[in-house]
Amino acid sequence: MAEPKDVLVYGETIDGKLASITTELLGCARRLADELKEGVSCILLGSKLGEAPQSAIAYGADKVYIAEDQLLAEYQNDSYVAVMEKAIKEISPRVVLLGQTAAGRDLAPRLAFRLGVIAGMDALDLNIDPSTKLLQQTRSVYGGNARATFVSEAYPQITTVRQKAMTPLAPDASRKGEIVPFKAELDVAKIRTKIIQTVKEEVAGIKLEDAQIIVSGGRGIGGPDGFKQLEELAKALKAAVGSSRPPCDNGWVPDTMQVGLTGKIVSPELYFAVGISGSSQHLAGCSGSKTIVAINKDPEANIFKEARFGVVGDWKQVIPALTQKVKELLAS
Amino acid sequence: MPVNMIVCCKQVIDPEAPPASFKINSATNQVISPPGVPPVISPFDEQAVEAALRVKDKLGGKITILSLGNNMLRDVIKKPLSMGADELILLEDEAFEGGDSWSTAYALSMAVKKIGQFDIIFCGRQAADWDNGQVGSGIAEILGIPSVTVAKKVEVTDSKATVERIITDGYQIIEVTLPALITVSNELGEARYATLKGIMAAAKKQPTIWKPADIGVEPSKIGTAGRRAKLVKLFQPVKEGKCEVVGADSPAEAGVKLAQRLREAKVI
Ligand SMILES: Cc1cc2nc3c(=O)[nH]c(=O)nc-3n(C[C@H](O)[C@H](O)[C@H](O)COP(=O)(O)OP(=O)(O)OC[C@H]3O[C@@H](n4cnc5c(N)ncnc54)[C@H](O)[C@@H]3O)c2cc1C
Ligand SMILES: Nc1ncnc2c1ncn2[C@@H]1O[C@H](COP(=O)(O)O)[C@@H](O)[C@H]1O
Repeated sequence: MAEPKDVLVYGETIDGKLASITTELLGCARRLADELKEGVSCILLGSKLGEAPQSAIAYGADKVYIAEDQLLAEYQNDSYVAVMEKAIKEISPRVVLLGQTAAGRDLAPRLAFRLGVIAGMDALDLNIDPSTKLLQQTRSVYGGNARATFVSEAYPQITTVRQKAMTPLAPDASRKGEIVPFKAELDVAKIRTKIIQTVKEEVAGIKLEDAQIIVSGGRGIGGPDGFKQLEELAKALKAAVGSSRPPCDNGWVPDTMQVGLTGKIVSPELYFAVGISGSSQHLAGCSGSKTIVAINKDPEANIFKEARFGVVGDWKQVIPALTQKVKELLAS
Repeated sequence: MPVNMIVCCKQVIDPEAPPASFKINSATNQVISPPGVPPVISPFDEQAVEAALRVKDKLGGKITILSLGNNMLRDVIKKPLSMGADELILLEDEAFEGGDSWSTAYALSMAVKKIGQFDIIFCGRQAADWDNGQVGSGIAEILGIPSVTVAKKVEVTDSKATVERIITDGYQIIEVTLPALITVSNELGEARYATLKGIMAAAKKQPTIWKPADIGVEPSKIGTAGRRAKLVKLFQPVKEGKCEVVGADSPAEAGVKLAQRLREAKVI
């Protein structure tokens, strides 16, 4: 391999558009590359990449490698790891950034082990150590109870990055960059998995990831009926409804509503935590919220340590009154 | 077709212990086990055992539990046996301590090679201490077998497994050839309790202990010595803790006041 150089972003697309995590990664890559005085490249794998390559340039890439192939229509680790292994051997990047997404968290470790290096997972913060030029990766560990900074001395330095942890650059359509086709040259015989079906379980209304306001309920809500009352508050606020893990585990709400370390990472302007104790794993998914409001009958609940506003009391009495008053205030 | 399964289980500090009890020693960059809170098997690993038991319930077979560490508590680490697993192999030695995903996956893979025959290896989606989610994929890569991660359902037919893999807005049904490695998430459903009969049977079973030499690994490649990720710093983020509790004579009144307060603060 050539001398490692540049920051390579593994990009993801949704319906021919760059995923928001990829714009975040490009913003971060630009900052790291500027510190290193090196370039930013991006690689996109898929069957129909649409406008995404151009858009990657607008968001900060100097060079975009595109591997367009019918066999890459959907993420499968056997095919994606093979293409990424080939790409990394040819491109020889110093740093490789992936998103901590369904694909990224599966791809990064397998790819790293194949290349004989270790991946960093789920970074919240990335820095270049000025003396060694090594990537310092800081992440949340022990369910969010602690942070740890890691360094790996082997190249490439691969890490996944938590969604919403980095800020994208403002897109600039006049930015110049190069789009380079990359031959996947996949061997079908090496793909040992087959996707039979993709089942969407999207909840109606505003998507959790996009919502400005979220009303989340926890075990303290007690059952599916309680969530109906939270929906009413959410409706009044044009908010999305989320949940901690127990309501999902208990089947009160769909799994896709889970916020937290192993659920969705959200960072709305306003986050209501109702009947949620504030475990570190739940907070890992919502501590990026600008304002957290806690409603809990236990004054000692950990959630009050994170919240900006709180009410100590039974949500069954607090929520209807709050909803009513919110409706009044927003109507006037 | 009876199915031969291996489940990798890690003993960890109870991740559901109250956040206030969590302490670190910043001089040594180590976590201090909270006094009086016993360790547990990482919850996703228990669910991995459950996934294996469900396959065994249907098709029969054998479940071997594999765990790496040092001074593991027998009561804790034997739990999968009392749930219905058949055999327990411990990679237990000082030299195994302090590893990262690399050295751990390497040692576990070498143990799997020594075990020999298997159809499925189950792991948890991530260990509830360092939350890496890397060892499962690492084992699969080292052994050269396919992997499906973050599963909520696993069914086995002939020489294939059908796995429901969780993705952002739902799940995918994926068919994978065996032998394969599958990592399990909590959406699989709760792990079963140990039965009294199971506990009694487990009490009689002795774990097989393997030392580094038994699995043919060099001490320089395992534990702390084999780490490829160097831990520079471990710390606890400082919390500002400035919650404004909205008080009132009744909870309903507090709800009204909260709405007003949020309006004043211009957050709604
Ligand atoms: C590795 C790992 C990953 C995890 N990932 C996640 C994750 O992604 N997301 C997640 O949420 N959890 C996750 N968990 C689980 C987490 O540890 C907690 O168990 C969970 O968050 C607790 O949910 P809760 O706060 O709703 O329930 P509890 O902790 O049981 O809290 C319920 C709260 O409701 C309050 N309450 C009860 N009744 C009322 C009432 N009538 N009015 C007002 N308040 C009331 C109680 O005072 C209590 O504080 C994970 C755990 C592990 C080990
Ligand atoms: N020390 C260990 N002993 C047995 N299994 C382990 C060990 N460490 C990790 N694993 C397995 O690998 C999974 C992922 O671990 P990690 O990559 O550390 O998050 C865990 O859920 C376990 O199934």
